[in-house]
Amino acid sequence: MNGVHDMGGMDGFGKVEIEPNEPVFHAEWEARTMALVRAMGAAGAFNIDTSRFYREALPPHVYLSSSYYKKWLLGLEDLLVDKGYVAPEEVEKGHALKPTKAPPRGPFRRDDVERILVRGKFGREPQAPAKFKPGDRVRAKNIHPATHTRLPRYVRGHFGVVELNHGSQVFPDSAAIGAGDDPQWLYTVVFESAELWGADADPTVKISIDAFEPYLEAA
Amino acid sequence: MAQDHDHSHDDHDHHDHGHGSELSEMQIRVRALESVLTEKGYVESAALDAIIEAYETKIGPHNGARVVAKAWTDPAFRQALLEDATKAVSTLGHVARTGDHLVAVENTPQRHNMVVCTLCSCYPWEMLGLPPVWYKAAPYRSRAVKDPRGVLADLGIALPNDTEIRVWDSTAEMRFLVLPMRPKGTEGWSEEQLAELVTRDSMIGTGFPKTPGAPS
Repeated sequence: MNGVHDMGGMDGFGKVEIEPNEPVFHAEWEARTMALVRAMGAAGAFNIDTSRFYREALPPHVYLSSSYYKKWLLGLEDLLVDKGYVAPEEVEKGHALKPTKAPPRGPFRRDDVERILVRGKFGREPQAPAKFKPGDRVRAKNIHPATHTRLPRYVRGHFGVVELNHGSQVFPDSAAIGAGDDPQWLYTVVFESAELWGADADPTVKISIDAFEPYLEAA
Repeated sequence: MAQDHDHSHDDHDHHDHGHGSELSEMQIRVRALESVLTEKGYVESAALDAIIEAYETKIGPHNGARVVAKAWTDPAFRQALLEDATKAVSTLGHVARTGDHLVAVENTPQRHNMVVCTLCSCYPWEMLGLPPVWYKAAPYRSRAVKDPRGVLADLGIALPNDTEIRVWDSTAEMRFLVLPMRPKGTEGWSEEQLAELVTRDSMIGTGFPKTPGAPS
């Protein structure tokens, strides 16, 4: 979706400021929110792409004015309600009032923690041979899906070169909407700065994205 | 979607954090959700505690620093890391664990690498821990791909004008670890000593390692 989350190339957000000796969390609720999202995801209540989609789908003014973990919480509440794991009145009251819906991978327990500290695997058997190889010139398609996509707006319609093939992986555009893994080849594609930002761009800069094959056409 | 987000909230609950006198609206709201989820049997509170403890105490930039220091002292490991970082890191056992899809990119005098996630906050958690606020915030996400030199200038970093800057936008599940250049004056240093010089930001590409003898 063409949302405000797709920030690459936007102006006006100000300086980047690093907080010295930043704590891992700035408040206890941030830590609990992070853990709840990880736990419910691991229980199979949703996948990572769906959780990203829910955060992107927050109204633009809410997205831009909410802290990072507040976006996580708002997305989580919406997701758990939409998927039927909690009812709005339960969120409101802070107590279980309705029957439990069993999550696909079962409840998340203390013994499950170790396994989620290592990233999940996104590689999947390919559905077809790779169309592109390193060195191929490609164009990022000019597409504007209203649902989740990982093709940022700032590269759409632009020409780049395939640099790496990372294998066949879960296709987020499909997984996010519950339509299955639909594995696609994933490539690192490199763009010259002038191709993306015009003739005045810094000529020493190159930008790459990781692009799934359906985002690309031969050029 | 399900909820009404139009009521406004105050996110700035830092000031009363730690005093215990008043719970912020966000604390109340998160506690409410946690109560629902534990009462319904979806999660154990002890499991949440353990996740938090892992990211507060076990998983952080020290993991990536050990990998970088190893690459600085062991040419065969450096080569293996650049060829297949997931495989190379998995040979280190207790030093750091990683799942699939890790890529290490090497800084050289000719090329400086910098990592961003313009769409959200993708970051190599296993190597660096949870990302800092600035990495997840609009100023960095918006400008890193268009004006990386300007971003580096904000951070007090100046590169030679002819150094190529390569910005890696983490748009999928690949995770990028920058292998910074080894500081001069560290000949003969042990891996442990070198690891102390490796900063979080040097592994994102928004900083350099500390130099020997400089105040930390």
